[in-house]
Amino acid sequence: MRLYEFEAKRVLAKHRIPVAPQKLANTAAEAEAAATELGGPVTLRAQVLSPKLLKAGSVESAATPAEAAKKAAKLLDLDDGGRKPKGVLVLKKVDAGADYSLAVTYDGTRKLPVMIAATVPGNVEDIADQHPGKVARRHFSALLPFSDYTAKELVSSLGIKGAELTRLTGVVSRLARLFLDYDLTQANIPSLARLADGSFAARDCYMDMEVEGRARQGAILAELGIADDDTRAVREPTAFETAGKKIDDDDPRGIVGPVVEFDGNIGLVIGAGGGSLTLTDAVIKAGGRPANYAAIGGNPSVGKAVALTKLVLSKPGVEKIAVMSNVVSNTRADLVARGVIKAIVEMGFEPKDKIAIFRVPGAWEADAVKILKKYGVDYCDRTVSISEAAKRAVEKIGA
Amino acid sequence: MGVLIHKDFEFIIQGITGREAVNFTRECLEYGSKVVGGVTPGKGGRDVYGVPVYDTVREITAQRKVDGAIITVPLAFAPDAAFEAIDAGIKLIVIITEGIPRRDASQIVEYANIHGARVIGPNCLGLIIPDVCRFGSLGGPAVDCRKAFKPGVVGVMSRSGGMTTEICNALSGAGLGESTAISIGGDPVIGSTYTDLMPLFEADEDTKAVVIYSEPGGSTEAELAQWSVDNKSRLPIVAFVAGRFMDEMPGMSFGHAGTIVEKKLDSPADKIRRMRDAGISVADEIGDIPKLVKERIGA
Amino acid sequence: MAMFIRVDVDQAIVAKTEGLAAKLVEVCPVKIFAPGSNNGVQVVEANVDECTLCDLCMRASPDGVKVVKLYEH
Repeated sequence: MRLYEFEAKRVLAKHRIPVAPQKLANTAAEAEAAATELGGPVTLRAQVLSPKLLKAGSVESAATPAEAAKKAAKLLDLDDGGRKPKGVLVLKKVDAGADYSLAVTYDGTRKLPVMIAATVPGNVEDIADQHPGKVARRHFSALLPFSDYTAKELVSSLGIKGAELTRLTGVVSRLARLFLDYDLTQANIPSLARLADGSFAARDCYMDMEVEGRARQGAILAELGIADDDTRAVREPTAFETAGKKIDDDDPRGIVGPVVEFDGNIGLVIGAGGGSLTLTDAVIKAGGRPANYAAIGGNPSVGKAVALTKLVLSKPGVEKIAVMSNVVSNTRADLVARGVIKAIVEMGFEPKDKIAIFRVPGAWEADAVKILKKYGVDYCDRTVSISEAAKRAVEKIGA
Repeated sequence: MGVLIHKDFEFIIQGITGREAVNFTRECLEYGSKVVGGVTPGKGGRDVYGVPVYDTVREITAQRKVDGAIITVPLAFAPDAAFEAIDAGIKLIVIITEGIPRRDASQIVEYANIHGARVIGPNCLGLIIPDVCRFGSLGGPAVDCRKAFKPGVVGVMSRSGGMTTEICNALSGAGLGESTAISIGGDPVIGSTYTDLMPLFEADEDTKAVVIYSEPGGSTEAELAQWSVDNKSRLPIVAFVAGRFMDEMPGMSFGHAGTIVEKKLDSPADKIRRMRDAGISVADEIGDIPKLVKERIGA
Repeated sequence: MAMFIRVDVDQAIVAKTEGLAAKLVEVCPVKIFAPGSNNGVQVVEANVDECTLCDLCMRASPDGVKVVKLYEH
């Protein structure tokens, strides 16, 4: 879950990592006032979440307060995945004696958190590709209490000495600690400026909090004013997606989700996790256009399968659904069959008219076959591959 | 042979009285696995299909050898259950529980490393040597499990539990079968990655090739590609990368917790390129996997 | 109405056995049974299609409870 830059910087400041002079503006007039107060040329950064915008199009420069107002107005009008930006950060351009970058993240190879520092600003990954000599890494323990010496070793390995070594060690240590404390998956300062007096100030920052860690991060989330239903998705959820999430929340048995809306015509009720990724690829490869992504797994209840089927079939433009899965282990083919058929009958349709294909081999398939036979629905067994099943679905429903 | 488990492998199930655990306890017993105990705090003294239930792991390890533990407890108790198993001296731990934050997963794995234990998962279904031992919930009821998994020559490692069964079903259908199939887990931090497990398959004389299933997110495929270049493995590797449609949707999360394209390394396109450059065959469809394996082993 | 499963309960047998009603309520993982009047059980119609065919109710009372798969008829 991405924090906005202004939120990430509040977290830094709370943990005594200084932030370069800046003001958050919610209107063009506020941006103008902020630029006047900060003095001199400023950078304006729209507070957005969309990866596309973060890559390009959300940053402007302004030489005067009037220009800041004009540019802020433009930035505040950006479309951030169905949302407006959450303000514009107006940043004073500060002179830096040196500019570093810091990052803390998890390394899946070593299964440990890792601190990364570079003697140039930017994205540490890109720097590592282009100037491997300017980057240093140091793994640390998430199990043992954090020791500052590990940060010192990192800084020292970049050849930094004297007072700068001790000051930078402090910044890195604090960043690593807050990374662990707040269940972050990334805590990045792509530009850490060394000011004339030798102190450091973060000019840019971004943080991701792990969704799975959110439940125990109530205190900091409340402090930042982030509501429980603020999911920080890259785009705002559609009504269809919100309804899908509600189905999952209402019944803890099994998993339906994530439910994602696409603009195609093939309704998908498909096996969760890897199976749904593979099936969605297969449908697209066969020339089909999925109406949605709606993974179902973890042995869902019949009721959950009913609710999902009804949701998918009630989407405008969806005439038929494809019910497909990998060979299932814990999810039961018979319970899925019961769920989709029950939903269709309750909606007043014939199951055989609405189910283009049913390919859920595996656990309890013998019972599933009996149920499907009774309702005249075609059933594919495990000898029909995922690709073949997807092809048949596309042929039956039409691209 | 096969890796990690064997016909006399004896294990316990932590969280044995849960809805799903009850199911797969029965399935493991019917498959012939040696489930020697279960743990659910507060429910000691009961039994699940004849398997005695205890309040603590040590009550079991104090009286008998235990080779492995399966953890399938609710999320909030999962790290604690793992520490309990590790402290009780159990050396192979499968964590089925889904949704464990990275910090906790990292702590569990580090603690296991200190104590010489190995973790498979979290967010996995365990492993199986067909017709020898099933340690986890792969394959469902024994009758369905036997259809999908057959003894054979391919070592399988998969980030998706469900796709472990799908791929093995394809390999079994083509007459290749599996030496050992391991659902390694779908999370960003897991106890055993492809490269951690490759040396075990390398040392297993039953294994003639390795098949991996991978997804967007994480660096474990890049790591495997590098490993293949650095180690002149006797085993050809065939890979399948799911979620190619996600290349167009950066930042969106699908499937497992670790399945997200945030960085260049995360993208299916980058993974496929790195693996192909390293001499790993990448299948375009699941159905192509058996053919590629046969080509590579000359069968 | 349940479409796939029917649960037949012989209330006389259930009522006769001390604690059987409570046992049926406890063993069913999908809450098909609720305590009924006169020491019997009530079948919760809304949950019947959730039946996982675990047989635990029939093991608890081989004579008193029968689970019927409607799709086999």
